[in-house]
Amino acid sequence: MGTKGDKEQVAMAKPNVLIFRTAGTNCDKETEFAFKAAGAKTELDHINIIKKKKDFSSYQIICIPGGFSYGDDLGAGKIFSLEIILWLKDKMKNFIYKGGLILGVCNGFQVLVRSGILPNLNFNQSLSLIENDSGRFEDRWVQLKIDSGSNCLARKIWFKQLPELIYLPVAHAEGKLFCKQNILNKIKNNNQIALRYSSSKGNEVNYPDNPNGSLDNIAGILDQTGRVLGLMPHPERFIFQHQYPYWQKEKKDPYGFSLFKNSVDYFR
Amino acid sequence: MIWRIDVFSKKEEESIELKSQIKDLGFKDFSLSTKKVYFIDAEFDLKKIKQIAEKLLIDPITEEYALSKGVFSKKPSSQEIMVIYHPGVFDSVAVSLKKAIDDLSLGSVEVHTATLYRFDGLNQAQIHSLGPKIIYNPVIEQVADYNKLKSLESLSQLAASRYSFELKVIDILEADKKKLDQISKEGCLALNTLEMKKIQKYFKELGRNPTDCELETLAVLWSEHCGHKTFSGLIDYEEKTDGKIIKKEKINNLLKSTIMKATKEINSPECVSVFVDNSGIVKFDQGQNICFKVETHNHPSSLEPYGGASTGIGGVIRDVLGTGSGFRPFASIDAFCFSNWQVEDKDLPKGLLHPRRIIKGVVSGVRDYGNKMGIPTVAGSVLFDNRFLGNPLVYCGTLGIGSSDKSFKKVKKGDLVVVCGAKTGKDGIHGATFSSQELDQETTGLRSAVQIGNPIEEKKVADALMQAQERDLFTAITDCGAGGLSSAVTELAKDYGVKVYLDKVPLKYKGLTYTDIWISESQERMVFFTQEDKIKELKDIFKQEEVDMRVVGQVTGSNDLTLFYQDNKVAELGMDFIFSSLQISKKAIWVNSKQKKEKLKEKNNYNHDLAAILSSPNIAPKDWILNQYDHEVQGGSVLKAISNSPLKTNDAAVIRPKLDSQKAVVVGCGINPFYSDIDPYWMAALAIDEAMRNVVSTGASLDKTFILDNFSWGSPEDPQVLGSLVRAAKACYDYSVYFGTPFISGKDSLYNEYNLGKDKITIPGTLLISAVSVLDNWQLALDSSFSKEGNLIYLIGLTKPELGQSEYLRQKGIKQGLVPKVEPDAKNTFINLSKAIKQKLVVSCHDLSEGGLAVAVSEMCVGSGMGVSLFLEEVPAQESSKDYQLLFSESPSRFLVEVSKDKKEEFENQLQGVPFGLIGCVLADEQVVVHNKKSNKIIDMSLSYLEGSLLKAFQEFRWEPKEIKSR
Repeated sequence: MGTKGDKEQVAMAKPNVLIFRTAGTNCDKETEFAFKAAGAKTELDHINIIKKKKDFSSYQIICIPGGFSYGDDLGAGKIFSLEIILWLKDKMKNFIYKGGLILGVCNGFQVLVRSGILPNLNFNQSLSLIENDSGRFEDRWVQLKIDSGSNCLARKIWFKQLPELIYLPVAHAEGKLFCKQNILNKIKNNNQIALRYSSSKGNEVNYPDNPNGSLDNIAGILDQTGRVLGLMPHPERFIFQHQYPYWQKEKKDPYGFSLFKNSVDYFR
Repeated sequence: MIWRIDVFSKKEEESIELKSQIKDLGFKDFSLSTKKVYFIDAEFDLKKIKQIAEKLLIDPITEEYALSKGVFSKKPSSQEIMVIYHPGVFDSVAVSLKKAIDDLSLGSVEVHTATLYRFDGLNQAQIHSLGPKIIYNPVIEQVADYNKLKSLESLSQLAASRYSFELKVIDILEADKKKLDQISKEGCLALNTLEMKKIQKYFKELGRNPTDCELETLAVLWSEHCGHKTFSGLIDYEEKTDGKIIKKEKINNLLKSTIMKATKEINSPECVSVFVDNSGIVKFDQGQNICFKVETHNHPSSLEPYGGASTGIGGVIRDVLGTGSGFRPFASIDAFCFSNWQVEDKDLPKGLLHPRRIIKGVVSGVRDYGNKMGIPTVAGSVLFDNRFLGNPLVYCGTLGIGSSDKSFKKVKKGDLVVVCGAKTGKDGIHGATFSSQELDQETTGLRSAVQIGNPIEEKKVADALMQAQERDLFTAITDCGAGGLSSAVTELAKDYGVKVYLDKVPLKYKGLTYTDIWISESQERMVFFTQEDKIKELKDIFKQEEVDMRVVGQVTGSNDLTLFYQDNKVAELGMDFIFSSLQISKKAIWVNSKQKKEKLKEKNNYNHDLAAILSSPNIAPKDWILNQYDHEVQGGSVLKAISNSPLKTNDAAVIRPKLDSQKAVVVGCGINPFYSDIDPYWMAALAIDEAMRNVVSTGASLDKTFILDNFSWGSPEDPQVLGSLVRAAKACYDYSVYFGTPFISGKDSLYNEYNLGKDKITIPGTLLISAVSVLDNWQLALDSSFSKEGNLIYLIGLTKPELGQSEYLRQKGIKQGLVPKVEPDAKNTFINLSKAIKQKLVVSCHDLSEGGLAVAVSEMCVGSGMGVSLFLEEVPAQESSKDYQLLFSESPSRFLVEVSKDKKEEFENQLQGVPFGLIGCVLADEQVVVHNKKSNKIIDMSLSYLEGSLLKAFQEFRWEPKEIKSR
């Protein structure tokens, strides 16, 4: 058994995660739980508190979780992304330049895309996550393939030791990645595709395996450094074995948890 | 100056959902395009307006915009209609846009939004006729009128009217019976003559006439909705057989003498707070309790399915937030009863919405509200019968978790009364009294009783309240439901007395009278009691979360309800009088009828019969509904009611409300109104049995299971209808006590009738039993599909020739048949099965329910991708049973259980004294084979055929891509 002093030292070594929240954010608590379980220290704050922070230098990871920020009233993630551009632009830039990681899940991914943090950190929107082809919200488990061409650093940070094919649930109404062909070519060529919807054999798929009609089956993308990851599927919903719908039949590793653990371990 | 910005998609895309709804109405060849329209009233130059359009209103990748001045820059085309909100209706997009413009520090603006629909291929008359049916709701919206709005200069001119105070006194002191009835009817009070006379007497003693506000207060608190007159009244009950009275009974308070009596007798140490709060509370884990409440929202959903269902789920979530001194919602359930949707529009009685529209509207209403709240909707039930045409049933339930020391409300003299959440508007006035009446063509026009929901507002309220609760900043809390502030404040301060300053309540717009403020049913509002020294901290939290909160009154200790408006006293009623509602006496008759056995020939093969049953909407899986619900948010999902590939249906859902506790909660339900047609007593007993089966087969045990009752019935003024209600309530008592599972909460919805002039459509008496159980460890959760080739399949429980109102006979149109009955020793089956599951002797388990053995085994096979070979000879049943009876009987208390070979002996030992049979085993060959006693194959079907049958019923509700795009 360690002394009190030892414990504090261990605590000091824990990477610090800042989790954003605003009206309508609703996956914040389980996301915080996942980071904590992965060994991080967490701070879950409302944007009205975050905007008053001087900088983000005391954090290693920033996470924008899922939900319906401001009801998605002017478009999914629209107002939240505006606030991030207005209040946090330089702080976010500095955070990335200094080696921080950013994870955006579902609505958080929509925010990263709308604010232009993804794919190029230039705060100009060049992609969009539009309404699913089905026109409705769908919550289902999907098979995903980690793109073999994805950024090397990203593979080291986020996907370390994960198999090529993983399972996670999606739950959204607006997750169809859409952009001009030249932009798509660019993110492909820059190794910025992180995850694709896939068949169980790793092949290309259509609905329902691709739940939203996303271009090129894209489920998640990276920035050019590989340190910013945005994805529609919910890794925080697969941190326990029992979240997988067929756990009584076949035990699967909680792939979502690995993603959190990897990002936290990157700083240890 | 008014700027108008039209936002539209770069590629001509159609709204799939909307177009399909219009097609449902019979319009075929047309195309539809929509534009979002924003009106911004501000002294902005072109540059600023462009900045707003480009930064806030469009998606630069997919959308474009057009800019103009004024509401209309030119006369709109006859192919177009622009839909705008009525003045004063809450417009969440406008509020969000104002917030965003404020974020940009551009200055103050007034904002309105609209939607422009353009139909090519339809004429103006067609467009205007489908408008109110599909694209807008006349309760809240209208078509923008070119002539009225073309020269509008400022949006403030649209604002609602003003109000100047004038005290309204109603002259009742001198009124005779006729006049009293007239006052009640004209005021929409739903008070009967005796009640009006009681009020008259009270005011005669006071020597003055009541104010309108006082009458309204009494109307709300004495309404069927709030006061439950029928259940707490006097009932003269008679039972007849062959025209002779065989039983006479005077029932004083049906609720207390059946449902609550059972709970009292069971006296479970696990119950914490039952029948006193907004929901029932039971123990969960060290220092933690869970609560559960199920509500109906039938009447509003019949008029405005989307709004009705969304405010239904919104309301029951607030019930949980308003339980004890604040519980956190962690899961929701729902159950719907709809009419079959294959009805021609022209055959619909006037005033009714098409069932297809009701189904889609209700599902999307629950979906949008639940999803945006971040509360998983995890389980439910959907049934179809044509008698739900005029009154669809919408049950919404929510579970919450809270700490043991915050499971009760503490009220004391001097407490401050705080209203928080949404501002108050005119929405939903008279909802409480309206739901206490039957519907007819006239009431369907009475649309102001329907409210509109805003889930993000409620989410903000919940976020703020949960923080305040963690810091002990309030001591009592309740929600504003039916009757609004009037019932919330009055009931919370019942034992003390309270004064409220109505002009302090934040309003959405001007024009509300003091009575409007008091009885408005505006959604997303909560009332809590706190003390002066906590106000500052509360204000900080609510400011951060951007939620309104306002101190509006104080607990007095005077034992009166006193209301003020701008220093004028507008009401003063004794609490004793308010809570002394008249016990109303009603007559109830139940006539026993003889049941006849069905006459049906045996067949050589039942493949077609099984396929037909599997494609009945009552049996077919509702994956297309559950998939639209975010059933996994909060991360606690242990067992999903349905999952997709393979298509697996489970008996119940299992959730972990706290991710750091291994304990889990099982939630399941039982509902089958069809048996009511034979005997509502057995209908109720069977609903309880079904709820028990669903949770026990999932791993729960009876001693940790609690139930809720939700009665939806016809008019209790009809003695036969009330007689059937009494029968059902008696079964509730008998079987709650029998199983030892106490009722912890409940609700009734009566008057579910629709008048068609001479005739009326009455719903079958429908009881929803919702069960919640606590599992010591989530790992005990069993699913309902086979696991492994070679495993043994047991059928537990007795199969009897009870096919009355079974899915099998109903499909054949056969009205005879005996109603299934719960066997006197059924409880042993449950107890022994629970023990076997706890000892890990069971691999998977599924209850036998609608469609009996044949359906249960099909579901278990499809869910696993494995086949079976079964032998009916081994089914525990009477010697003389026929094949179809063994396959399709709906005898209760039966389970299909998968056991691995090495546990055979142990399992069978555990089931000593319980009827069971080893009926077959699991095979890998994807074929379901059933042999009869002569060893003939009477069912021999492939899994893909079975799955195809299961997916057939709801094909039109599932989305399919039109074409697989080539890459």
